[in-house]
Amino acid sequence: MAEPVLAVSGLVKSFGALRATDTVDLDLRPGEIHALIGPNGAGKSTLINQIAGALRPDAGTIRFAGEDITQLGVAERARRGLGRTFQVSSLAPEFSALRNVMLAVQAVSGSSFRFFRPVMGDARLTGPAMAALERVGLAERARIPAAELSHGERRQLEIAIALALGSKAFLLDEPMAGMGPEGSKRLTGFLDGLRAEAPILLVEHDMNAVFALADRITVLVYGKVIASGSVEQIRRDPAVRKAYLGEGA
Amino acid sequence: MRGRETIIGIALMALLLVVPAVASQAGEPFYVTLATRIAILALAATGLNIALGLGGLVSFGHAAFFGVGGYVAGILAAHAMSMEPILLGIPGTKQMLVIWLVALAAGGLLALAIGAISLRTTGVYFIMITLAFAQMVYYFAVSWPAYGGEDGLPILLRNQFPGVNTLKPLPFFLICYVLLAAGLAFFALLRGSRFGAALQASRQNDTRLAAVGIAPYRVRLAAFVISGAITALAGALFADLNRFVSPSMLSWQMSGELIVLIILGGVGRLSGPVVGAIVYVVLEYVLGGITERWQLFLGLVLLVVVLFARGGLIGLVAGRARHG
Ligand SMILES: Nc1ncnc2c1ncn2[C@@H]1O[C@H](COP(=O)(O)OP(=O)(O)O)[C@@H](O)[C@H]1O
Ligand SMILES: [Mg+2]
Repeated sequence: MAEPVLAVSGLVKSFGALRATDTVDLDLRPGEIHALIGPNGAGKSTLINQIAGALRPDAGTIRFAGEDITQLGVAERARRGLGRTFQVSSLAPEFSALRNVMLAVQAVSGSSFRFFRPVMGDARLTGPAMAALERVGLAERARIPAAELSHGERRQLEIAIALALGSKAFLLDEPMAGMGPEGSKRLTGFLDGLRAEAPILLVEHDMNAVFALADRITVLVYGKVIASGSVEQIRRDPAVRKAYLGEGA
Repeated sequence: MRGRETIIGIALMALLLVVPAVASQAGEPFYVTLATRIAILALAATGLNIALGLGGLVSFGHAAFFGVGGYVAGILAAHAMSMEPILLGIPGTKQMLVIWLVALAAGGLLALAIGAISLRTTGVYFIMITLAFAQMVYYFAVSWPAYGGEDGLPILLRNQFPGVNTLKPLPFFLICYVLLAAGLAFFALLRGSRFGAALQASRQNDTRLAAVGIAPYRVRLAAFVISGAITALAGALFADLNRFVSPSMLSWQMSGELIVLIILGGVGRLSGPVVGAIVYVVLEYVLGGITERWQLFLGLVLLVVVLFARGGLIGLVAGRARHG
């Protein structure tokens, strides 16, 4: 079996008395889509935030690309190739879609401490940024401020940014949410191809998308992993049916 | 709408050049001094505009940088006059070019120290901690007798610039004007650069900035240092204009004045500080001649701007700012 790109072990995170992450082990292997599912409040976003570095775990380790990254900050992890999207879109609202992606390109292509050369005419920034927007189908909306994009478009823009980062692993927190059936279908097709580029840890409520895409599924309930395995194993798992999919699902 | 803002900006800068030139011809040096004051305050506010406008860092302590620039000019000049070395045999100087470099460096270093600590906080805490640092500098200047303490430090003869008679109002105005133009050009370039993109993104959403791999703290700190350095340069000019530097340049009222200038003109707008400085100085002159309480009227204007023209006066005439 291939060495995992990302490996979480023994992760614990409490908010007061609430154990939002309860001794979680999880990994992400090259070329796969690993779906993370669970009811609302199960701790999926909390887990993503710890992997991305936005939250410090109380215990446990996170390894990425062969190195322990548990102590690193968000920016450093992003530079090493962890590309994330947020459950609630988080963009620079005044900047156009293009400038949002250009920010990622500039972060990757070297220093942000360049004080004079204008970015707008700089093809080294606009070129890759446009390419990323085209891939997610947002090229015609490149000049629109992020604040004026539709909800679904903002989700697409977040993915374009993660693409432009040249991410070695994607952490996608409910990318389909609020997208509509047409958009979900298109995104499903897109993510299907994306896994060849870099593996995806996919938090998603849309079960059609999850069953269509996932190589493996991990089920989180009250911060604990209650099951992990192939789509078939999870579909048949009695504990999952009871706790999450609901009887008869 | 950047097109219209550019035209208005150029028109105002032309006006700021023509008025003192005509006034000087007409034998009215007072108006030249007024225009010089506008140019210097606009430069100081342009420095603050980098931190406040582009980075969203509401520094209530920029008087510290303004005043330190002023004291650099005053102290170097005093030692040049007395021929006593400052420290370790370093002599004073009357050369503006040297004074400016020292002021830029001193302002930048002070901003590095203040910013390194203050930028660990945000929002109201940032406002209060920058204010607290500036007050510390203020009380230090008040209680340090070597350079005049509370009474301040006179500059007996305005400092010198090669080939220019700085004692005459118009040539000195032109020096300040050129530095303002350079400051504005610098601001425009910075805003459009990679660094400017990161800085403006940090104001809009620092979570996003970090998520693409750019640590917001370093970007903000660099911006704060640049901002403090430019405001200190303006402070050196201000001391030379008044031929006097005193702790009042370091006071919190001065910090507030710079913020007011920017809010009046337009936060983060290239011509915001110029518009703000013109309105401020003209109001001060016109209303100040009528009543001691002219700041009451300034307050009213400010209130109207904040309530009805969030983009400042420049936003009112040139529309909202747009980023490509
Ligand atoms: N910053 C926080 N402070 C306190 N409680 C939090 C915080 N973030 C999340 N929680 C709680 O942790 C639990 C898990 O939340 P979350 O990770 O958002 O769940 P999910 O993404 O699976 O819906 C919830 O009960 C939530 O209320
Ligand atoms: Mg969530």
